[in-house]
Amino acid sequence: MNRRTSFSFRLYVSGDTENSAQALANLTNLCSTRLPDRHKIEVVDVLKEPKRALADGIFMTPTLLILAPSPQRRVVGTLSQTKTVLQALGLGTMAA
Amino acid sequence: MRLKGISMKSVPSSRRGVQGKAETGIIGFDGITSGGLPRGRTTMLAGGPGSGKTIFALQFLVHGAQTCKEPGIFVAFEEAPERIVTNFETFGWKLEELRKEKLFFLDAHPTPDLIQSGTFDLTGMLAALGAKAKEMGARRIVFDAMDVVLALLPDAAARRREIYRLHEWLLASGLTGLITAKAAGEDEGSLGPQSFGFMQFMVDCAVVLNHRVELGVSQRNLRVQKFRGSNFDENESPFVIGKSGFDVAVSRMLGRVDVKVTNERVTSGVKRLDTMLGGGYYRGASVLITGFPGTAKTTLSGAFAEAACKRGERTMFIGFDSDGTEVIRNLTSVGIQLAPYIKNGLLRMISARTITGSAETLLVRIKSLAKEHKARCLVIDPVSTLSKAGNELTAHGVAERLIDWCKADGITLVCTSLLDEMTGKVDAGTPLQVSTLADTWIHLNYLVQAGERNRGLSIIKSRGTAHSNQVRELILSDSGVTLADIYTAGGEVLMGTLRWERESAERIASQVADVAGKLKRVSLDAEEAVLQVRAKSLQTELVAKKVEKTLLTRTTQSRAQELSRGHSRMRELRGADAAAPRRKKAS
Repeated sequence: MNRRTSFSFRLYVSGDTENSAQALANLTNLCSTRLPDRHKIEVVDVLKEPKRALADGIFMTPTLLILAPSPQRRVVGTLSQTKTVLQALGLGTMAA
Repeated sequence: MRLKGISMKSVPSSRRGVQGKAETGIIGFDGITSGGLPRGRTTMLAGGPGSGKTIFALQFLVHGAQTCKEPGIFVAFEEAPERIVTNFETFGWKLEELRKEKLFFLDAHPTPDLIQSGTFDLTGMLAALGAKAKEMGARRIVFDAMDVVLALLPDAAARRREIYRLHEWLLASGLTGLITAKAAGEDEGSLGPQSFGFMQFMVDCAVVLNHRVELGVSQRNLRVQKFRGSNFDENESPFVIGKSGFDVAVSRMLGRVDVKVTNERVTSGVKRLDTMLGGGYYRGASVLITGFPGTAKTTLSGAFAEAACKRGERTMFIGFDSDGTEVIRNLTSVGIQLAPYIKNGLLRMISARTITGSAETLLVRIKSLAKEHKARCLVIDPVSTLSKAGNELTAHGVAERLIDWCKADGITLVCTSLLDEMTGKVDAGTPLQVSTLADTWIHLNYLVQAGERNRGLSIIKSRGTAHSNQVRELILSDSGVTLADIYTAGGEVLMGTLRWERESAERIASQVADVAGKLKRVSLDAEEAVLQVRAKSLQTELVAKKVEKTLLTRTTQSRAQELSRGHSRMRELRGADAAAPRRKKAS
């Protein structure tokens, strides 16, 4: 994968519950170590914007939506298993 | 307790007042639960694969949306809503139309592109649902296949936490909730994973669906396991997934108002049988005709069907033994014409030969067909099909409900039942024990005598009618069905040829006697005539004799006179004195 590929994320959280806070921390940590300066993170609070969650089909929180690069993927959970997340991002081989 | 780890701050739902019931629209189920699911509470529906959970749940929503003005939300964890809508098109629930405003499908089934990393919760979904419910004014919600999403959670504690979250949310929202979950395999009641067991304790009402196969026949059962604050029927109730959804079989509840009874009689189609029954069957009665194979059970029920059609009543004939067309042809040979009524639509023949399935399924089919046809008279030939292999346990209940349903709808039911000649359990009736339920029980049997079998008909019972207790001989001819008195002589019962022989012998004997009598009369007449003639001649002779006698007297007198005259003449002539006779006198 091209080193210059930029990543676009949308993280759906539910308020400041433990799971959501953890996911946000895990994501920012991963981005800053692996994808410095080539990522965008949008955080959506489903408690504040339930209609948006409905429209986007987000039912389990936290959910990470990988908007770019395509194809669009979603990762559910606290993102605590870094290896799985990296594989989802197509960065699995680099982690090895 | 295992739940200690979880916050127990919530108010137990039982402390709230009972808010009534939410009708499910499922025939029978509302009866079992006396009204439906607990309103504003959560119900859990558990069952194995293919036990009908989704159908039940969806029917609950559809009924709410269509008739109770209670819009609903269906959360699909397992199947995509599009597929559900297509699958359920056959039930005629107009899901597409309902989806416009009254029914919302939330597609929450995990997509293949879903990657999981770490634990998660359902807050997002609940928040979304909360918003949607408010927007559309939903009153009912279904979480279909809750187990699918729970299985994604890493441990039992997380599962319990999410169930609890869901429960709390449901209580807070005031929606009537229904959660379906798979039960482990066919083992009813035990839900396997700990978390589901926990769910069963938490909810206010739990319903278990069962799908068993007994001797190759599928049997569906439904059981209400618990229902807080309400009475319910605790037994397993058989159900069927029919054309328009669930149909739960319920036995008549105590206290139900009895159906109106009538004194109206309907003819059995056989004149003599009507006389035997004192006018025919009662309208709305259930009649059982039992007999060995070939004892003309079908013929007798065919005669009833024909008579019903002649009166212009809509009739349905369900034959399990032979095809409808065959039955018609065979009955034509004994002068029963059903074909014209098929043509004008009064009669409907259903042939259900080699039908398999549970007795319950059959009953539901019979019911819906009869309703469709608006039948007033129903013939089931034979009803013993209900107790085919695999249905022994349920058949009796089904037969009971069949009769009960017919009575409630005022349908006159004639059913035949085959008796196995080998066992010949005439006294016990049938394994269905319909005989105890039936109002009129007619038994047909054979009498083997002098190398021939003859059909005998007797009325074993007939409630509320004075009926003949004689056995009659059933005679089938191309002009119809007739009953003949059997010949009883010296304690011997004669039928068929023997009866005919005896009868003709009697006829000849009486003819002979007749002729002999006539002969005797003629000869007596002749004798009488002779005597009369003799009497006349004697009379004539008598008259002659009398004349002779008179003549004799007269001649004697005249001679005497002549003589005396002669004496006096002589005296005169002799001049004798008059004293002479005196002297003569003294001597």
